Amino acid sequence: MRQFKGRIVTPGTCTSEAVVTRQGFNTLASLQKALQFGDKSAKVNDQNNPDLYGKPIAGKALCLPQTIGSTTGGLVLYCAAQMKRNPSCMLFSNRIDSLACAGAVLASVWSDTSMPVIDELGDDFLNYVKDGMKITIKEGGIVEVE
Amino acid sequence: MELTQAQKEILEGKKGETLAKVMKTLVMYGEAFDAAKMVEVTSDYNHLVTSFGLGVMDPVYELMDTLLSQNVVSKQKFTVDPRPLDPNVPSNFLQNIVFKHFMYNKQDFYEKQLQKLGLLEKDAFTCTCYMSEVGNTPKYGEVLSWSESSAVVYANSVLGARCNRNSGIIDIMGSIVGYVPYFGLLTDEGRKADWIIRIETSRKPEAQLLGSAIGMKVMEEVPYVIGLDKWIGNELNEEACTYLKDFGAATASNGAVGLYHIDGLTPEAKKFGRSLIKENAKEFIITDEVLQKTYDEYPIVWKDKEAKPKLCFMGCPHMSLQQLKDWTDTIEGKLKENGNGQVLIPTVFTASPAVIREFKKTSYWPRLEKTGIVLSYICPLMYMNNPLCARMRVITSSNKLRTYTTSRYYTDPEISDLLCKGGH
Repeated sequence: MRQFKGRIVTPGTCTSEAVVTRQGFNTLASLQKALQFGDKSAKVNDQNNPDLYGKPIAGKALCLPQTIGSTTGGLVLYCAAQMKRNPSCMLFSNRIDSLACAGAVLASVWSDTSMPVIDELGDDFLNYVKDGMKITIKEGGIVEVE
Repeated sequence: MELTQAQKEILEGKKGETLAKVMKTLVMYGEAFDAAKMVEVTSDYNHLVTSFGLGVMDPVYELMDTLLSQNVVSKQKFTVDPRPLDPNVPSNFLQNIVFKHFMYNKQDFYEKQLQKLGLLEKDAFTCTCYMSEVGNTPKYGEVLSWSESSAVVYANSVLGARCNRNSGIIDIMGSIVGYVPYFGLLTDEGRKADWIIRIETSRKPEAQLLGSAIGMKVMEEVPYVIGLDKWIGNELNEEACTYLKDFGAATASNGAVGLYHIDGLTPEAKKFGRSLIKENAKEFIITDEVLQKTYDEYPIVWKDKEAKPKLCFMGCPHMSLQQLKDWTDTIEGKLKENGNGQVLIPTVFTASPAVIREFKKTSYWPRLEKTGIVLSYICPLMYMNNPLCARMRVITSSNKLRTYTTSRYYTDPEISDLLCKGGH
């Protein structure tokens, strides 16, 4: 088990299973099909992302460097949260980008869904974490990986 | 974050609970980037990215309804990205049903919502709102609350306005309260260049390929480009602005560039020169080989790479009036040269409704019509962003369209050959 400390973007605690992308997460390309066609597990449909393509992310701890793509990204994350198809938490190795941050904040202020978001966990975090590992977010931006 | 008395009162709910939530959203958004304060939005108009009434976006429309019901609306009128549908654009029976009755079944409803929220005029749908025909052209130094990556990078770089790469919804919230958090590209420090890009090519670089190569290298950082003025001049005339429109869109779609400086050309580079470059800036040299490699590495995701294209889309971002005129000359000349009357692949040129109106007043319009090319205000990206169109063999010279869809990239000269001469 290893512990990492990051910066809290939106608060909360949770325990869930990791799903990991080492390249940027294209929010619109990944989630549009799942939201459009009623896929509650939110399988990623971005063919340009071999780390995640076809994998469900609803209720999982999404570990990523940053998000990329359309400036609709924030509102797509917000919609996923409102439809309960969002990741249980988002863990960024880098500082969060403006689009993901918008999604996290919109979900926090305008929906009942809790989706804790921690950033600046470092490259070491993203190198260590693997799909299926157990993630626990504790108070103070502490993330345990086992 | 330090707020003024007026901002504090909004946050504390003295002007209503809904407005307080809008302010809270912007404060949290700013605090994530260590913004020390909120600053006033000073542009005449806003520009929003969400133009589509996609059934799946119900939570967005519900949020807009909440704002409207509390009369929490935009203080600024706004333009918005292009419409996702146009009956003039070729589509089959199945596509028509899926588009109209399934995917974009909320389009009419959403357009009515936009009108109530402050849409500039009923046809204010384009990604190139900054063009003079459209009239949403911010001035140097103005603070914006825009989204749409290609418009943000143009406003920052070519016009010298100040705007972060905002997401949809955040864009309109800035207009509603009249303030945006002060961080990133709004600050002098955030506008300094992290990269020096030296252009050392033997010919004028293709705007799309150059933007793509730079975007992939610098990602969200700011590049200062040296040597491009040799090819596109030292004046921001229509030709240079059109080049920078396509170049910028490519930097923003292959990377996440929100601002670039072109030595001797863009306003801040002219005003401040190389003092805009940060100490220890990284360096990247663009040669013919770098651009060729960029082109060669674009993935072709068609199942049959030799198959004939079904459709050609030009204009992502929307074409300028000059581009429409130049392309009319090119296509007409090449068709004549090859003994053909009309283009050999169904082709759609896209431009803003305002540019289309102006173009139709010119003698070029009947000439373009004669070539068989369709002129549309559609968003080609929205047209293609669904499983039915994903299988279509679409070609384009837009790097942005290529990046987000299954369309295949060709350079402008290659596109004109394919349309007028055929072959593959």
